[in-house]
Amino acid sequence: MIKAIIIDDEPLARDVVKAYLADYPQISLAAECQDGFEGLKAIQDHAPDLVFLDIQMPKITGFELLELLEAPPKVIFTTAFDQYAIQAFEARAVDYLLKPFSRDRFKKAMDRWLALSEQEKAAGLSSYSDLGPVPAPGANRIVVKMGGKIKIIPVQDIRYLEAADDYVKIHTGDGQFLKNRTMQYFEKNLDPGVFVRVHRSYMVNVGDVTRLDPYEKENHLAILKDGARVPVSKSGYARLKEVLGW
Amino acid sequence: MTVNLLRRPRTLVPVSILAGVYTIFQVLLLQYSGMALQKAIISGLIYGLLLVASCVLVKNVLKYYQPRKNEYGYALVLTVGFAMGWITVSNWALLQVYRSQPYISSLIHRTTLVTLLPGLLMIGWTWMISKIHYVSGEQENLKERQQASEKLTRDAELFKLRQQMNPHFLFNSLNSISALMLSRPDEARDMIYKLSDFLRGTLKKEEQLLVTLSEEMQYLQLYLDIEKVRFGHRLLTDIQVSPEASSMKMPSLLLQPLVENAIKFGLYDTSSEVVIRITARKENEELVIGVENPFDPETVRANQGTGFGLVAVRRRLYLLYARNDLLEATTRDHYFITRIKIPVTHDQSHNH
Repeated sequence: MIKAIIIDDEPLARDVVKAYLADYPQISLAAECQDGFEGLKAIQDHAPDLVFLDIQMPKITGFELLELLEAPPKVIFTTAFDQYAIQAFEARAVDYLLKPFSRDRFKKAMDRWLALSEQEKAAGLSSYSDLGPVPAPGANRIVVKMGGKIKIIPVQDIRYLEAADDYVKIHTGDGQFLKNRTMQYFEKNLDPGVFVRVHRSYMVNVGDVTRLDPYEKENHLAILKDGARVPVSKSGYARLKEVLGW
Repeated sequence: MTVNLLRRPRTLVPVSILAGVYTIFQVLLLQYSGMALQKAIISGLIYGLLLVASCVLVKNVLKYYQPRKNEYGYALVLTVGFAMGWITVSNWALLQVYRSQPYISSLIHRTTLVTLLPGLLMIGWTWMISKIHYVSGEQENLKERQQASEKLTRDAELFKLRQQMNPHFLFNSLNSISALMLSRPDEARDMIYKLSDFLRGTLKKEEQLLVTLSEEMQYLQLYLDIEKVRFGHRLLTDIQVSPEASSMKMPSLLLQPLVENAIKFGLYDTSSEVVIRITARKENEELVIGVENPFDPETVRANQGTGFGLVAVRRRLYLLYARNDLLEATTRDHYFITRIKIPVTHDQSHNH
């Protein structure tokens, strides 16, 4: 049995998908969720083959939800916003349905999903997409998972970022959090006027830098408000000086 | 006198008065120089009338031609030229009248210089007054045009601000209708009527900007009914309007963006029930309206006070009342509170 999940905060919007889905008896509706938190749990519990996902929802957005998953399922976005289409396809969405959509349009999305599934089955691939979604540059918050809980970190609370193997350690006033993304990901998505890559393994929030001390030959140490010392390389020093206007 | 002249283009009256004074002066001058009184009066009148004619001519020349460059040279040439012309024509006219009396000719030539001087002054003065008048007229014109274009811009902006509707609200509402058609067609039809009435309200073109609060609340109710269909049981409202407030006047379509903002941020933060509280009362002769929504400090969104709806309302209030303090947004105990004050305008028709 093929399992599907609908995640949308408007009950009537879920009803439309449910009604259209009745044309596909081979698909069973495993869960209906009204926000991203419920959606995350349902995806982890049911491992669905297909998720209908709204973008603007309570608590966390559809994109943020996908980001928290190690292996995101196949997704068809359903939204009234057309400005997320590019982002959605970067997140390897199967399709992007603009509300309100017709039964015919829904069928096209389903055909696309079926074709993709067939292809992958033939090629022996897993049905998971392999690339995480990319949030809009200048995102104002970062969503991380801690055990079973979701933590939302406003970017202004981030003091510095530290590379740690396949993860990035996010240092905030509330403690440290791990996110399974690379430094490049943060460099691309955080405001470059606020967060500066000062070292191969470090990015700092320039608002937290109190002073720069010389360190060893050509390097420096950035001293942050909370006393943390962050290594600054020669090129990082130049970038930092440029942003700070020193 | 100058002020009056600036306001109204009446150079003819002061010119005539001055010409009258000049005529008397000229009569006395001619009589003193040995002319009989009757002849002196006739001669004086000829000089005076022709002087008035010259002044009117100067004024009209200025009306049609005002050089941008070398203005003072032009003024000098114009004044002297007209003065010379005037004295020549006047003298010639006098000689024609008294052709048979040769002593008149020598008398005229003796007095010419004394006659010329006040005439020169008067023509110069006329030039100056006309010049000032035309320049200030031009400036006033410019100011009027500027004001008219500013008003147009402001009206256009006000219209745009009033009309701006969140398109996603429309698309999501249509999606709800699409869902209702499947199971509850009567409710779908009802929703279509409400959505139509709501849209018609935003499209209103006539500039009847001020409505009573109770009219505004009726309009808001349409919006709330639609949103309640969309969000189901999650959206609750608590509306408290004092009786004296409901008849007070306010700019139309001001409340809905505030409530939309509250719903957006209130409902996007939680998936449980949310109560949006709307209050209105009279306070210090002003209509004070408050919109409150709860928010969850755990889920951080971009600052709610910078939402587009609030910015548009603030701008509208500024354009209408020239005050920046009429909208305030505060947070208190996990509540986001927007308050607007509507001053009572003395001119309730408010024909902006």
